[in-house]
Amino acid sequence: MKKLLSGNQAIARGAYEAGCKFASAYPGTPSTEILETLAAYDEIYSEWSPNEKVALEAATGAAFSNARSLAAMKHVGVNVAADPLFTLSYTGTRGGIVIITADDPGMHSSQNEQDNRHYAIAAKIPMLEPSDSQEAKDFTMRAFELSEEYDAPVLLRTTTRIAHSECLVEIGERVELDRDYAFERDQAKFVMVPAHARARHVLVEERMRQLAEYAETCKENVVEERKTDIGIITSGIAYQYVREVLPEASILKIGLVNPLPRRLIRDFAARVGKLYVIEELDPIIEKHVRSLGIEVEGKPDEFRCGEIGPAKIRSFILGASIPGASPAAKAHPPVMCPGCPHRGIFHALNRLKLLVMGDIGCYTLGVAPPLNSIDTCVDMGASISHAVGASHVVPPERQKAMVAVIGDSTFIHSGITGLINAVYNKANLTLIILDNRTTAMTGGQPHPATGRTIKGEETFRLDLVNICRACGATSVRVIDPYDLTASRAAIETATREDGVSVLITNRPCMLIDKSAWNPPYRIDEEKCSACKACLTLGCPAIVDHSTGAEKAAPEINSLLCTGCGLCGQVCKFDAIVPRETATDTTR
Amino acid sequence: MKTTKILIVGVGGQGVILCSNILAHAALKTGHDVKKSELHGMAQRGGSVTTHVIYGPKVYSPLVEEGYADVILALSNDEIERVKHYLKPDGVIIKAPDALPGRLKNPRTLSVAMLGLLAKHLDIAEDIWLESIRERVKEKFVALNIEAFNIGKEQEAINKE
Repeated sequence: MKKLLSGNQAIARGAYEAGCKFASAYPGTPSTEILETLAAYDEIYSEWSPNEKVALEAATGAAFSNARSLAAMKHVGVNVAADPLFTLSYTGTRGGIVIITADDPGMHSSQNEQDNRHYAIAAKIPMLEPSDSQEAKDFTMRAFELSEEYDAPVLLRTTTRIAHSECLVEIGERVELDRDYAFERDQAKFVMVPAHARARHVLVEERMRQLAEYAETCKENVVEERKTDIGIITSGIAYQYVREVLPEASILKIGLVNPLPRRLIRDFAARVGKLYVIEELDPIIEKHVRSLGIEVEGKPDEFRCGEIGPAKIRSFILGASIPGASPAAKAHPPVMCPGCPHRGIFHALNRLKLLVMGDIGCYTLGVAPPLNSIDTCVDMGASISHAVGASHVVPPERQKAMVAVIGDSTFIHSGITGLINAVYNKANLTLIILDNRTTAMTGGQPHPATGRTIKGEETFRLDLVNICRACGATSVRVIDPYDLTASRAAIETATREDGVSVLITNRPCMLIDKSAWNPPYRIDEEKCSACKACLTLGCPAIVDHSTGAEKAAPEINSLLCTGCGLCGQVCKFDAIVPRETATDTTR
Repeated sequence: MKTTKILIVGVGGQGVILCSNILAHAALKTGHDVKKSELHGMAQRGGSVTTHVIYGPKVYSPLVEEGYADVILALSNDEIERVKHYLKPDGVIIKAPDALPGRLKNPRTLSVAMLGLLAKHLDIAEDIWLESIRERVKEKFVALNIEAFNIGKEQEAINKE
């Protein structure tokens, strides 16, 4: 039976069919749906871990105990998990362990577009890269086998277009593995003290030599012979684009992207006229081909940035021009949703003209005008540490003008250590935890402070207030972000205090509980002075109707409005009021 | 049999994803190879959304190439300018007629009504469309959406681009 599956769903299906017993992840676009899909299978223990390092370590414990296990993360998540990853390469495993790295060329929802094939090379780990959902499933299953055959963790790399494109996939049955699940003591293998690790490193090098041999003949590397005037070496999603643009060209499709084959490439190069390498992001295959002394044309340097896409390949090889969007075209960038509980806080931060050390989550959208109140965004948990560093070098009066904002899930991921550091090293700062009780940006996954597991079971609910108190914060206050006046006053008070003050907001993401929505608001045109104060909230439900110098009353889109009432609070003319009844019953 | 390449554009919350799911499954039921590409993980409502749906005997790229789209289905007219360069020279842009939202019992069924307009341009049978809607829409909203689909079919598409 064939089904339309995204790459992420196909990876989950592959893990299921391969007898995987343990799966862990921290949500991150474009990898999130892998664990969401796996959570539906009763045969597999699955968990949202607090961060990627914990996820990989937990998967490692399961694999050391002979279970096939999987850890999934976005590309930057591998940075967090890099510490266990590099040494897991040395220990090897018992049960197969597969780590999914979901890269994001084009940065659709990421802070950088690092090419994680470098990790496979640096950590000396085999890496597979599928080119569609069928291969995503097949390669996941093969990855478990390779992991056990070669005593190595295996990386499976996807990119956004593999992870989030749906294609037809042949569905099979799960094979339950007949094996004993136990951790058997083997200190020379699992205890990486220097004496043991030195011996393991030798084995790692030998393993990679064997894998390089495997690369020459493995069925993941495929030669497609067609016309021989042009030959193209490619991998991943770029293969599909090449097929689209150059249907007649001969292709060497690389499925095992680390280690790369040598003889296979030499033989292919010898059989074709002009040789190209088409790969997204960094020229890794291209450099390898050159290192073999083979003449090859790689993509132009500027194509190292962003997705490659069929049009770029057409322009590069066939010299066609790339049609561009009209200069008048304006995309609506992502903005905080109507009714978002973060909005009021950023409105207050903007009014108070504070510098805001930011973090990774929906609230990063506070950078956009008119809220315009995020001043840094680098990595998960960095907001607090940025504020600590800054507060130790700027004069006291400037410390007061600085706050850190972080979401609940991000705080648990890697903000707690930052808070401990802030208190321990006597920083002066205000921390605002925007607790919307979910991992919102990735679509609303539970985390330790929601009191729910990935399977929806009840569990201990981490208490953010007490965590902050235990870390030694001077004050911890819970605030209602839908009360603009009180929120602003609380921020002012906190920034006047010495030491580390923490404010925690208490309204859930409005996308997780639509029953909490109020009737939409409307603007009474008689009372409206067109002062545009409501537009300073940056709410996408409020539409500006003024043109040029001509003022007009804005309008509230009742389909988008969730009735949070913030606009009513900023209006000085009482012109914004709830509609009498909800006009809509479908939401 | 040729390959058909469709872009669906709108803003978050309008039903672009639902719309492309119904279309992809209808094409699948017709016996085509299908690929569909979209982006998840930006949970916001109100931002630009584009999905690519391609079907035919054998589909390679899940992305429509600039200059090769047969149809652009626009749930929001504001989004057309952003993707117009994807249209092939004799391609079609399907926009919502001004009168359409007013004819719908529920404004949230606009995306499915737009599929009714799209259906007139594609070689997918009526019963397959309806089956796909039934499978993809929450049970209590099926009747409402099928009605919207039929209203969409009766409309003349505005296509002045």
